[in-house]
Amino acid sequence: MDKFDVIIAGAGLAGLGAAYTLAGSGLEVLVLERGDYPGAKNMTGGRLYLNPVRSLFPDLFDNAPFERFIAHEGVTLLAKDRAVAMHYTGRELKDEPHHSYTILRAKFDRWLGERVEEKGGTVLSKTRIDDIIKDNGKIAGVIAGGDELRADVVLACDGVLSLVSEKAGLRKPAKNSNFALGIKEVITLDSTTINERFGLEGNEGAARLFVGKVTQGKFGGGFLYTNRESVSLGIVMGIEEAAEETQPIDVPALIEAFKARPEIAPLIRGGSSAEYSAHIIPEGGFRAIDSIVGDGILVTGDAAGLALNIGFTVRGMEFALASGYFAAQAVLKAKEAGRFDAGTLGIYRKLLEESFVLKDLRNFRDTPSVIGNPRFFNHYPELAGAIMKDIYEVPAGRKERIYPTVRKHLSIREMWDIFSDIRRTMKI
Amino acid sequence: MSEKLDLKAKLGLDVFKPAALPHIKIREGMTRDPRLTPAIRVCPAGLYSENEDGEIVLTVDGCLECGTCRLVCGTEVLDWNYPPGGTGVQYRFG
Repeated sequence: MDKFDVIIAGAGLAGLGAAYTLAGSGLEVLVLERGDYPGAKNMTGGRLYLNPVRSLFPDLFDNAPFERFIAHEGVTLLAKDRAVAMHYTGRELKDEPHHSYTILRAKFDRWLGERVEEKGGTVLSKTRIDDIIKDNGKIAGVIAGGDELRADVVLACDGVLSLVSEKAGLRKPAKNSNFALGIKEVITLDSTTINERFGLEGNEGAARLFVGKVTQGKFGGGFLYTNRESVSLGIVMGIEEAAEETQPIDVPALIEAFKARPEIAPLIRGGSSAEYSAHIIPEGGFRAIDSIVGDGILVTGDAAGLALNIGFTVRGMEFALASGYFAAQAVLKAKEAGRFDAGTLGIYRKLLEESFVLKDLRNFRDTPSVIGNPRFFNHYPELAGAIMKDIYEVPAGRKERIYPTVRKHLSIREMWDIFSDIRRTMKI
Repeated sequence: MSEKLDLKAKLGLDVFKPAALPHIKIREGMTRDPRLTPAIRVCPAGLYSENEDGEIVLTVDGCLECGTCRLVCGTEVLDWNYPPGGTGVQYRFG
């Protein structure tokens, strides 16, 4: 063959989502993956919200290797010496179809790669893309393993750093404030222990997010998700804050301090660490999305910055799957038209705009600046902890009435600041 | 809690396949560039250090290929690439 119809850079959820959609269409599609197998280079916190993508991939997820469905949500404000937690359970979280699942990417992506191959797609692993081929400014293929591989369209599904779209000239220089670093340990525990410690039944799972001291009061947080026979525990930390010149943060130490917290230590006691991983996460939201369409190229998933952290829900993987699906639809339209210029492929952007992907990202475009407010990470956890401490305290002598107890922490200045923060929060 | 692990032991949990050449290099003459300094603390694998002569030294064994150093230090001081296909970290859980 002298030319493929489509070359897909990267067998992650975007790339495999596109390949799965294109398989069986008659197009010649090649997925290139630098890892030993799909998922070998990928990592999530993490959970996949399935509702937005179920209809795009009918029946596909029926036998997917999910870990647990999330039936218990939790957010904890971590102060230096105390913690204030909110837990949520609801009947809808237990009802099928379940709204979100924890997954482990090495397992999940590998499984999805097998589904793509079952449908007739080709996934070539252990193959790094070294460069792209340009013909008169149009992307015309890639160079991988010393071979020139030509294609009508290249899909840049190569993750958050996306060297492919960078080489294609679609990326502006990266701003560190648009990225966070996630580090994670997978800690194995038997399923009975997990169920007992987290109050779970059967295959129910728990998701817990932590804000405050865990990132030394700076943008980011801790997370703990239960898998079948392990927990995923980690930290997400803003790159800009972590690398601050005056006092850069010892990132690897954060996870050990988190594990040692009294709120965490009993949950993982006796577990053994099985893997340590790290990954960059796009945090810039809608405003950080670069060009995602070029002549002969589309950019998807993390490569396009399609991720959305709104504090309570942290999403990305379903955006990757959906953008892969819509990139595939755009390719099919372009094939019909017989043209692969940016104008024709531009239907991709339109499809994303009409779907939850860019609707949600656009709708929450102010979130990054709102949740970037340092007071959420250094001030409020301590304030909430201090108020709770006084409310629960029964001293040796007279106990103050509740209102003055709380009011003592809320000066006019403090209330003014809280009011301002709430007003800003109303943007999201 | 699960036993406290130092970073070396933690990286020892992961599967790595060696490559013939380092995939990230400090560019010629840049070992004293201040843009490299934050990497000493933010690299999640702790692969950057400062030697007695005040030069920043990088060992790529144990690299998790996250790209933090690429963002923090930039490509003017780092010659940064992914390791060749089929080498580097291979997550079993992810």
